[in-house]
Amino acid sequence: MSDASLQSAQYETEAEFRDYFALLKPRVMTLVVFTALVGLLAAPADMHPFVAFCAILFIAIGGGASGALNMWWDADIDARMRRTARRPIPAGRVTGEQALGLGVALSGFSVVFLGLATNWIAAGLLAFTIFFYVVVYTMWLKRWTPQNIVIGGAAGAFPPMIGWAAATGGISIESLLMFALTFLWTPPHFWALALFMRSDYDDANVPMLTVTHGRPATRAHILAYTVILALLAVAMGFTSAGGPLYLAVALALNAMFLRGAWAIWKRDEADAEADGYAAEKGFFKLSLLYLFLHFGALLAEAALDRAGFVWGAI
Amino acid sequence: MSFRTEHELHRRRRGRNVGLALTLAAFIAVIFGLTMVKVTRGDFALPQNTAGAPATEDVN
Repeated sequence: MSDASLQSAQYETEAEFRDYFALLKPRVMTLVVFTALVGLLAAPADMHPFVAFCAILFIAIGGGASGALNMWWDADIDARMRRTARRPIPAGRVTGEQALGLGVALSGFSVVFLGLATNWIAAGLLAFTIFFYVVVYTMWLKRWTPQNIVIGGAAGAFPPMIGWAAATGGISIESLLMFALTFLWTPPHFWALALFMRSDYDDANVPMLTVTHGRPATRAHILAYTVILALLAVAMGFTSAGGPLYLAVALALNAMFLRGAWAIWKRDEADAEADGYAAEKGFFKLSLLYLFLHFGALLAEAALDRAGFVWGAI
Repeated sequence: MSFRTEHELHRRRRGRNVGLALTLAAFIAVIFGLTMVKVTRGDFALPQNTAGAPATEDVN
């Protein structure tokens, strides 16, 4: 191969700006932004709108930084999975070193600026979240135990606590409940994905529950976690974080979610293959709506509370 | 033959440069805005001297 053709091949894979942005996992970032925003707005504290905007921005950047560090560490398994093979590092458009540099720089930036903009409790929680996602989940648990999603899910559950801490400067029962809701939601959400992305985790040797304990066990785990999640989600309606509106939303959504989990548990692989994993895909889509509407209802309750609205007074 | 034909590579590099420029401009705007909010709200104000003593230490 001539020097010219070597150079040409190198140019063809040269990164665009959007490749660096893709390292920040923008779709995961939207979930982080939304849950952090609910935590911040539901908190009983007044924040200047611009400071609130900055807080959410820095939390989002911190979440993105941990995504870049995750892609740096997991480039080898990303290359083996159909779902992730086109990410910037396995596709050859960004080097691992560039992703590492971007992740470390944005981690430091986001933590320091969140501390300066709001308070150091929120900044400390953000730093711990990045550490938990990158070191505890990505480097340690993901390739070691089928409980990776269960324990690692904590990293994705911290944003509402960070948003709450940014507004109030502390942690409270309400922010812990929001953490618990996201924490318990994560396993059924990801296990449903693992059921219909059949071969991806097998190919990458990631010890997902589907690989280590089999698919029937995964179906049983989805049902068990959904039952625990439903109990917590409905119970939240009776705490200071919830209220009648939240309770109505939670009752409807959890009935649908339990029905979906029950359907998944009752099926076997033959049924699932026959209809192209319709129940598993439907449950996965419902799980996205589930979290969005629960947090939306928490936000609505906080807004009504702040507006002085009292249930039963009308 | 024109020497000014744009290669696809130039488009990608321009995209990166413009993206970086906009990111830096946004960074400046955010820090400026945050500073203005903090200063106008008095977050950086020195503590009030309530005892009536001189604010600075008398070195003599």
